[in-house]
Amino acid sequence: MNILVCIKQVPDSNKVEVDPVTGVLKRNGVESKMNPYDLYALETALRIKEQKGGSIHVLTMGPGQAAGIIREAYAMGADQGVLISDRKFGGADVLATSYTISQGIKMAGEFDLILCGKQTTDGDTAQVGPEVAEWLNIPSVSNVSNILEIGDRDITVEMDMTHELEITKVQFPCLLAVDKDIFMPRLPSYVKKLETKDREITVITLADLEDQDERHYGLNGSPTQVERIFPPEVNARRELWNGNGMELTEQLFQKLKDLKFA
Amino acid sequence: MAKLVVNQALVGDIKQLISICPFNAMEDRNGELVINAACKVCKLCVKKGPKGAVEYMEEEVKTIDKSQWKGIAVYVDHIDGVIHPVTYELIGKARELALKINHPVYAIMMGSEISAQCQELLHYNVDKVFAYDKKQLDRFKIEPYTAVFEDFVQKIKPTAILMGATPVGRQLAPRLAARVGTGLTADCTILDINENTDLVQIRPAFGGNIMAQILTPNHRPQMATVRYKVMDAPERNTDKSGEIIQCEIAADKLQSKIQVLDIIAKEKEQFIEASEVLVVAGRGIRKEEDLNLVTELADLLGGQIACTRPIMEAGWLEAKRQVGLSGRTVRPKLIITVGVSGSVQFAAGMNNSEQIIAINKDENAPIFKVAHYGLVGDLYEIVPELINKIKLSKAV
Ligand SMILES: Cc1cc2nc3c(=O)[nH]c(=O)nc-3n(C[C@H](O)[C@H](O)[C@H](O)COP(=O)(O)OP(=O)(O)OC[C@H]3O[C@@H](n4cnc5c(N)ncnc54)[C@H](O)[C@@H]3O)c2cc1C
Ligand SMILES: Nc1ncnc2c1ncn2[C@@H]1O[C@H](COP(=O)(O)O)[C@@H](O)[C@H]1O
Repeated sequence: MNILVCIKQVPDSNKVEVDPVTGVLKRNGVESKMNPYDLYALETALRIKEQKGGSIHVLTMGPGQAAGIIREAYAMGADQGVLISDRKFGGADVLATSYTISQGIKMAGEFDLILCGKQTTDGDTAQVGPEVAEWLNIPSVSNVSNILEIGDRDITVEMDMTHELEITKVQFPCLLAVDKDIFMPRLPSYVKKLETKDREITVITLADLEDQDERHYGLNGSPTQVERIFPPEVNARRELWNGNGMELTEQLFQKLKDLKFA
Repeated sequence: MAKLVVNQALVGDIKQLISICPFNAMEDRNGELVINAACKVCKLCVKKGPKGAVEYMEEEVKTIDKSQWKGIAVYVDHIDGVIHPVTYELIGKARELALKINHPVYAIMMGSEISAQCQELLHYNVDKVFAYDKKQLDRFKIEPYTAVFEDFVQKIKPTAILMGATPVGRQLAPRLAARVGTGLTADCTILDINENTDLVQIRPAFGGNIMAQILTPNHRPQMATVRYKVMDAPERNTDKSGEIIQCEIAADKLQSKIQVLDIIAKEKEQFIEASEVLVVAGRGIRKEEDLNLVTELADLLGGQIACTRPIMEAGWLEAKRQVGLSGRTVRPKLIITVGVSGSVQFAAGMNNSEQIIAINKDENAPIFKVAHYGLVGDLYEIVPELINKIKLSKAV
């Protein structure tokens, strides 16, 4: 079984502020880490490999320093790492990101199974996975909360639909976006870290891709444009209500209706 | 084509310029300023750096004819024919947007034996319901659903498509967006529309620390997902309006490599952290059996009961229902505390909740510093009466 896991490097914290006067983003401390949701995808891959054998590629699109999370994945047990990196990929929205990743996957090899995390903590869209699957023209299932059976030609999974669980069987090749908590991610192993410290990381740039048309990548390949950013309204209002029991109850009931809870 | 160009001669203090970039995308390479792959083209270096040091060059982009795209379409979200209520909220929003640009409102529904559902949609002031009623569409499977949606987009050419950010919508929307090569904005909290039919999409970014306003200026359709209970649901009209259009699609487009084996109803979620609504019992509750009141209110609001430490220590509820420093940290959409003083240790576990309502008879209780709405009154007068009111309104 050939498995590829999409992982992303994200900022360690979401503590950003917008300068109210200039509208400029203030970002303090740019420490990075692996998107926590992607640890679950990688763990899923490792468990499947333990059961079925095969190899695990991890792939990330990002700046050169994103190689750090590939090293981390090596220390958890991934076999090969691919970094898709090019200045021309900068400013990509979901469409351009997923297209770039799908192009990179085609260069990286043939895979039975592609795994993604539920979402990223910075982009936070949960859309990249399904769009990658669309570009690759393979079936996809999101919200995968359990793997029930791994056959030779298909995989049976549990999809969490909030109020119900759907049991679906999907043919390979396919893409699964797995939920948090599907399996407890293991810690990176120090021994593996030493063993893999010289292992290569394949770097893919625009010049390596099948489609080299710059218009399909980065800002140019992105249909959506961020027009402005601004601080959210904070719910700082406090109200204290006095009155008799009947009045207070009626006021509360109306409030619950306004807030769409009753 | 758009790109950033560095004029080395105008860079000046290279460190100064590098420090402007919030994404660490500029480096000093042997005295030359280079932009690396971390660049998000936010253009801060252009605006804040020395004049002309970094320039943004844009080339003419091919523009599209926006007048070719008409109507605001809402995806009718359902599982086994049960329509998700976010659908009606989006129909309401679509009508509001459509009025501003004088466009029609469409609903698109795909499924099997869905004529009753389509009839029901006509009570919500849509102009047209496009129905793809096929045996093969009985259950959500990504490939046939995407193929049907693509068929709809090509034939009807809506300017915008709104979808619920549900488990189905969150999978189908991105597949469709990539299929038709357009933008998609997730989890919008505010939607508006410009005269030129550009959809103004506002969504939280960076974990809600900032808001981003997003446009899709040169692609159609424009696509957005919205979570349940963000927009207002319209009233159901007693009369019907609009028409149902039965749509055909070639059978070969309905094939799938996915097989739905079973759908199992989930047991009610038991973790208070996962609940969107919590009603918290504090020591203002006099006897154990009075907890029934709190449970009943929580049930009626679709939530769960939680408690303060003394209630847990009394053995009235399990430890996993305790909120606070030594209990669980919760962040529900709504939390109602009844008979809770609001100690620091308790508040630490819940003060990030979206809406906080407190009932306490002591006007000076610290909980009122935390609550958005504080009711100074006796819980034994308020809670039973509130339960009655909610029950009555549900019976109507
Ligand atoms: C290290 C440490 C950790 C702790 N961790 C936690 C924790 O995780 N969670 C936690 O909850 N506590 C914790 N505590 C305990 C905390 O300090 C408080 O003692 C506790 O939260 C108080 O619970 P309460 O609000 O239910 O009771 P009380 O403080 O007794 O408050 C009861 C309130 O009910 C009101 N009331 C009474 N009758 C009525 C009525 N009929 N109608 C309306 N209002 C009425 C009263 O005015 C009063 O304000 C911790 C304490 C320590 C020292
Ligand atoms: N730049 C990236 N490189 C690799 N994988 C990514 C990238 N962005 C997103 N993904 C994958 O897509 C998933 C969903 O991301 P998002 O749509 O940003 O919430 C993540 O959990 C990753 O598995």
